[in-house]
Amino acid sequence: MTERMIYLDHAATTPVKKEVLEAMLPYFTEKFGNASSIYTIGRESKKALEEARDKVAAAIGAQSKEIFFTASGTEADNWAIKGVAYSNRTKGNHIITTAIEHHAVLHACQYLESEGFEVTYLPVDKNGLVSAEQVAAAIKPETILITIMFANNEIGTIQPIAEIGKVAREKGVYFHTDAVQAVGNIPIDVSDMNIDLLSLSSHKFYGPKGVGALYIRKGVKITSFLHGGAQERGRRASTENVAGIVGLGKAIEIACGNLEDKNRKLIAMRERTIEEIMKKIPFVKLNGHRTQRLPGNVNFSFEFIEGESLLLMLDMKGIAASSGSACTSGSLDPSHVLLAIGLPHEIAHGSLRLTFGEENTDEDIDYLMEVLPMIVQRLREMSPLYEAVAKNNT
Amino acid sequence: MLGMSGGVDSSVAAAILLEQGFEVIGVTMQIWPDIVEDKQKSEGGCCSLSAVDDARRVADKLGIPYYVLNFKDVFREKVIDYFKDEYLKGRTPNPCIACNRHVKFDAMLKKASSMGLDYVGTGHYAQIGYDEKLKRYLLRKSVTATKDQTYALYNLNQEQLSRILMPIGSYTKDKVREIAGKIGLCVAGKPDSQEICFVEDNDYGRFIRENTDYEIAPGDFVDTRGNILGRHKGIVHYTVGQRKGLGISFGKPMYVVEIDVQRNRVVLGDDSEVFSNALIAEDINFISIDSLKEPQRVKAKIRYSAKEADAEVIPLEDGCVQVVFDAPQRAVTPGQSVVFYDGDIVVGGGVIKNPI
Repeated sequence: MTERMIYLDHAATTPVKKEVLEAMLPYFTEKFGNASSIYTIGRESKKALEEARDKVAAAIGAQSKEIFFTASGTEADNWAIKGVAYSNRTKGNHIITTAIEHHAVLHACQYLESEGFEVTYLPVDKNGLVSAEQVAAAIKPETILITIMFANNEIGTIQPIAEIGKVAREKGVYFHTDAVQAVGNIPIDVSDMNIDLLSLSSHKFYGPKGVGALYIRKGVKITSFLHGGAQERGRRASTENVAGIVGLGKAIEIACGNLEDKNRKLIAMRERTIEEIMKKIPFVKLNGHRTQRLPGNVNFSFEFIEGESLLLMLDMKGIAASSGSACTSGSLDPSHVLLAIGLPHEIAHGSLRLTFGEENTDEDIDYLMEVLPMIVQRLREMSPLYEAVAKNNT
Repeated sequence: MLGMSGGVDSSVAAAILLEQGFEVIGVTMQIWPDIVEDKQKSEGGCCSLSAVDDARRVADKLGIPYYVLNFKDVFREKVIDYFKDEYLKGRTPNPCIACNRHVKFDAMLKKASSMGLDYVGTGHYAQIGYDEKLKRYLLRKSVTATKDQTYALYNLNQEQLSRILMPIGSYTKDKVREIAGKIGLCVAGKPDSQEICFVEDNDYGRFIRENTDYEIAPGDFVDTRGNILGRHKGIVHYTVGQRKGLGISFGKPMYVVEIDVQRNRVVLGDDSEVFSNALIAEDINFISIDSLKEPQRVKAKIRYSAKEADAEVIPLEDGCVQVVFDAPQRAVTPGQSVVFYDGDIVVGGGVIKNPI
């Protein structure tokens, strides 16, 4: 085991920033008031809540009263999709989405299918892109919702959201985007992009886990998600997670405040890594769009290798990364995203996702590039398929 | 790389290996195919989801890295498909032997090597050691005789044995419990599972019926002279020596003595007809000797639960062996393995082709 620890899995989660934690701390102890209470410390909590709401709204070009806090990105996705579906059932029962959505969207859609809704899962091209034309062609008189992710969590591909939003608005269909990977990473403006609903999650941009938000454009017909008290204007009952929401507000303010500088650095790291992997390791394939991708996302398939072994060996070398077929306790299937962009099963299994973050340095990439080619070579030496190919090549 | 189930045995194995100075990485194999019921997946056997949770907890307690590794494809091909095929051929398979041979000590061992790990360890009750005189690795029964699992491990070859560690085999049951207590494990733990891990409620007939395209047709029960005695539900539901569940009463105890796939018949006989004097075994592996040149006296065990019997193993020209028992043996079953012992040393073993 090595002492070195390099975290290259920022798409999974990020550490809470020190300033964010400091902003949160008082709300656990001295400022513990319930935001619904009328006395001073209650009002203090309420004030903090509304300030956080303003910050979220400002970050995505929305109005404050269009922001509703949730307990996660998954909750925001579920609320948006089920809430719009149930509320607009008399209008139609058709939903359009893509084959590469996060499970929070896909499984919510599958659930709605069991409830009598019809769902179109649009295919994507080899780069993971869906086009506005595809969306337009799929719209029917019964279509009530289009839900398409802003940027993909695995391959980083960024969808033409503004174009899709335009189509949706013209056809009068609600447009939801799961922007969990995008918020805090790329510029978003819900009104320019004609977005009606947008999900985001705090822990993807250096905020705490367990808090997210759903943007709901004013006038969108949507059922309440949790029934109970009058919090979040009666639409999402639950005593507010004030400290978490304060953290979300602080984190989104910081993340969106210096997007350009941050991205310049992340893109440089991404490009260097992509170039070096392609140069130093044979039989590799970059997954996702070459340029239209998240600043910190690198996703490669290594032929003749199981992603599982690769991750373990990287872990032993102190590098935290992820694969297209993470095997934690349940699922073993190769990633639906990699299959959707046309990778065969065996290649999808040999995939590696590296996602850079602010604290990563060029030295981290030096170390990665020292270790990764070695590990890939070692694993390939064990593969009879690779042996045959290597022999043919010499 | 230590295979961990979250149970006492593999957890204690982890503790012992750590104490012996090994750097231990815990893994649980993920082997469940989609056809397996959710209930079985979450609760059943050594590789279930609850096993994953338990093993992870033990690994955390011991401070070792822990991973879940995917062995789903190899398990399906080498264990489940083999299991179904054998029953459809009228034989009675032993899936644990297949799992040890192809999954734990082949696929897992290869995985370990590819990751640069020197050994694979397990919580099996067996002992492995190198004999300087013979210049061979030997497999011996565990110190705790009642727990011995060497019957299911006779397929190991010298290369494999040189890279496998089974640390608890040389500890007594009390000592294992004591170590378990010391590392804070619940000693009562889970009951030992003797059932087939991927088959719900041990109803293997139903499992095969639901997971094969072959038609499982009813046929005739006949006696050893060919007289029809009644109808059976399909050959996969029977094993040699079986008495219960035949569905007919004959006025005297009757046993399955043979399964005739060609004619889809199940042959029944009385107590005397279920005994055999000898058998032919195929797919032979020897451990303590390189090969069998001349007949050798051994103790032979024909089922996991069978008592050892005095016998002579005789090499045949085609690589098979003939095993002649001093006293007739009950229910010699094609598909099961026969394992040969010399004292506590495993000489070798093979798969029973047919009784004689």
